Amino acid sequence: MSSVLESQNTLSHAYTDISALRKDFPALQQNVYEKPLVYLDSAASTQRPQAVIDAVVAHERSNHANVHRGVHQLSQRSTEAYEGAREKIRAYINAESCEEIIFTRGTTESINLVAASLGKSRLTDSDEVVVTWMEHHSNIVPWQLICEQTGAQLLAVPMTPDGELDLNEYDRLLSDRTKIVAVGHVSNALGTINPLEQIISKARDTDALVIIDGAQATPHFRVDVQALDCDFYAFSGHKMFGPTGIGVLYGKSSLLDAMPPYQGGGEMILTVTFKETLYNSLPYKFEAGTPNISGAVGLGAAVDFLSDINFEALAQYESDLLSYATTELMKLPEARVIGTAKNKASVLSFTLGDIHAHDLGTIVDREGVAIRTGHHCAMPVMEHFQIAATGRASFALYNNRDDVDRLILGLQRALELFT
Amino acid sequence: MNDLQELYREVILDHNRHPRNFGELEGANRVVEGVNPLCGDRMTLYVKINDKKVQDIRFKGTGCAISVASSSLMTEKAKGGSLDEVESLFKQVHEMLTSDISSSSINLENLDKLAALSGVREYPTRVKCASLAWHALKSAIAGSADKISTE
Repeated sequence: MSSVLESQNTLSHAYTDISALRKDFPALQQNVYEKPLVYLDSAASTQRPQAVIDAVVAHERSNHANVHRGVHQLSQRSTEAYEGAREKIRAYINAESCEEIIFTRGTTESINLVAASLGKSRLTDSDEVVVTWMEHHSNIVPWQLICEQTGAQLLAVPMTPDGELDLNEYDRLLSDRTKIVAVGHVSNALGTINPLEQIISKARDTDALVIIDGAQATPHFRVDVQALDCDFYAFSGHKMFGPTGIGVLYGKSSLLDAMPPYQGGGEMILTVTFKETLYNSLPYKFEAGTPNISGAVGLGAAVDFLSDINFEALAQYESDLLSYATTELMKLPEARVIGTAKNKASVLSFTLGDIHAHDLGTIVDREGVAIRTGHHCAMPVMEHFQIAATGRASFALYNNRDDVDRLILGLQRALELFT
Repeated sequence: MNDLQELYREVILDHNRHPRNFGELEGANRVVEGVNPLCGDRMTLYVKINDKKVQDIRFKGTGCAISVASSSLMTEKAKGGSLDEVESLFKQVHEMLTSDISSSSINLENLDKLAALSGVREYPTRVKCASLAWHALKSAIAGSADKISTE
């Protein structure tokens, strides 16, 4: 309880000058093609603040050893750093206990873990799994795989023309056959913020467990898993200013306890004989093998960095930036915004006349502006909008209006070149 | 902008705006679908091969300017050619797209308009866009697959 109070206390004193955070990110202080870098691809991966880089380097330089094994000094330091990071993350997302925080390689592995483990223990050929048309492939394909193995049916909630979930259809799809509802908190391709409270509370009228893909939410707002009352919540370190190769699966301990292991190996066992293996307790049951220790330390530092930020100020800042970017983009001839939900994170997906997104990406890159182009690993979203690809500018706390102006300049160059 | 004009030469922009040999081909005896899973682009190549010659060739699909122009230029150049000639063309284009031109033995003049694609080499992320159609053609001639991928 004391850590919750502490974090609330921190929040009240938290950092409100969002525009000053940019200077903490060394990667943003460089030129590409002799122009100052404008990085608008944070939905794919965010840059890291100096504090995260320092924490990883410090760990690698002097504290590295394997965790939970050795009796020696370095192993003890490494274990403390690794478990310390777990506690920071627990407090940050307000999980009940550290048993509920499982380190994974990232959101993709977190979802695969739940799909494989729950599939084995919970799904039969008369059951249904509900996902949505808005999902990233990593919240579709693991469910397809497990449905193939178990004979369960995969259903998808459709979208409205604005790129919001059609909640009436969601209602219609839910039934006593629904065993799992897997939905993204924020769409990576469109920016849509889904109404999780409604989605979760409707699922509660059935037997379904609810897993949330939070990869795109954690860079923009603070998540409280107990307030949400989801069963599982998955997210990635590198999308919230931490390192790659580290992510988290939050799960309610009562559920995780009853689930079979995902991978076998060291760390996840108590005793092994050829007759029988006894599994370790949570969270270690799901952490086979030597983990990404410095990655966890880096993610802990990222959580420290985020904990100092006033999230109300951040929401206001990003919302202003998105609305400025949208207004400026729409001044360009034939610009079309893909994804016009009322409630959006700072993601701007767009097309510009019939210029292909890849050409846009190459042209603005030469202007020093990094955007993502393509289907964003969300091909059903592209199918829904009847397009092959979009350009996507995704904004994080370190972006500003100058970045938007540079993007628009780059897009104007594309128009000049192609007309 | 000079760099970009090296990539998006007038020939490329023209073939992107007005792709030649675009659409399905009736009587095609080889049909190959090419996909670039990175961007989701797809093109279908229709080839009519008779007497060891590419008698007719057309394509359809969606893609970026580089991909469409490369497909269009390829159909123009390959049409009427013998299978040996097309095979040799593939090798030359492949080399032009992937190797250092100063140490390369290929003669850009022999490639006519296809030489416009030589600027792609400076953009490693775009080489696949330019080579998709060519891999589809190679596969069509070999009769080895009805679906190919850049990955």
